[in-house]
Amino acid sequence: MKYIGTITMLAFFAVLNLSKAHGLPTSAEAKEVEVMDFDTFLPRLEMDNDSVYVINFWATWCAPCVRELPAFEQLNETYSDQKVKVILVSLDNPDLIDDRVIPFMERMGLQSEVILLDDPNSNRWIPLVSEEWSGAIPATVIYSAGHRSFHEREFEFEELEEIVLPLIQ
Amino acid sequence: MKKIYLLLLMGMYSTGLFAQGYEVGDIATDFRLLNVDGNYVSMADYEDAKGIVLIFSCNHCPYVVAYEDRMIELHNTYAPKGFPLVAVNPNDSIAEPRDSYTKMIERAEEKNFPFDYLLDANQLIYPEYGATRTPHVYLLEKEGDQFRVAYIGAIDDNYRDASAVEEHFLANAIDALLAGERPDPEYTRAIGCTIKVQN
Repeated sequence: MKYIGTITMLAFFAVLNLSKAHGLPTSAEAKEVEVMDFDTFLPRLEMDNDSVYVINFWATWCAPCVRELPAFEQLNETYSDQKVKVILVSLDNPDLIDDRVIPFMERMGLQSEVILLDDPNSNRWIPLVSEEWSGAIPATVIYSAGHRSFHEREFEFEELEEIVLPLIQ
Repeated sequence: MKKIYLLLLMGMYSTGLFAQGYEVGDIATDFRLLNVDGNYVSMADYEDAKGIVLIFSCNHCPYVVAYEDRMIELHNTYAPKGFPLVAVNPNDSIAEPRDSYTKMIERAEEKNFPFDYLLDANQLIYPEYGATRTPHVYLLEKEGDQFRVAYIGAIDDNYRDASAVEEHFLANAIDALLAGERPDPEYTRAIGCTIKVQN
């Protein structure tokens, strides 16, 4: 009985790998999305420990954001055993969580932590994320002890890695 | 002397001094852009206006769509008071086909836009203003033949729900100008869609 389970597991992973190799959506369960206002979210911008935080602001309707999501997922996966924490902060309309955001996350097989920021007064919190931020997305904050940078741009995986790698303790 | 000026200019470019676009108080350069009605429009055409509510806008962005009705209302309220709204689509239609000129005409007809909706076809105007997203507001005050930037930023503080707005930033800024005062705040920010360029 035990080996049937193992075979099922192997088959599952084989399928997973195949679909990944072809860039197809995986059947892996995407993580839950946590909905919060900015004040609840704020501590995640100020964690005081030895991890590197990569916080990406995105939305399902934002084409360049969707295009760069795999780079953040790859970063999360590549450095899963290191102190690197990827947080994907969705700015989608909270009314569309069930119809749009969760189906999208499942389709993409997102494995990084996903937060939906439910706080329409962005004029208040944009400067608290970064004084440099005009409000356009995608936007990314990368920080660790002794480093903080803000990027209002689209990333490739290698570009992210170049910033994050020297910060890993 | 020419060389020094050129070097200075290059220095300003490299430090990003020009790339940042307008600040409040700057004179906004006029443009000549194609309107959805087939005519070209310049700011100078608004001879009787006290100013212009210039909004970088587009068709596809959900944040713009959320504001379309409020933009119509703002125009209907403030155009008679001398501040017509002018929307400018800065997006490249190959990078974002939903923002093509044809689609602009369709959207303007669907929503019956009472304001001019122009295409920044060569993408030369939005970088000069320093617009980074849609919607992105530049409130301009007329001064003789020139237009001076009086307010930059958001329309209000709640894109999702017009009835839950607490601060009508743009309307307050126009009201301030009409009362002969300075807008306060002069700058606000909002989430928006990046301006689409070809890679």
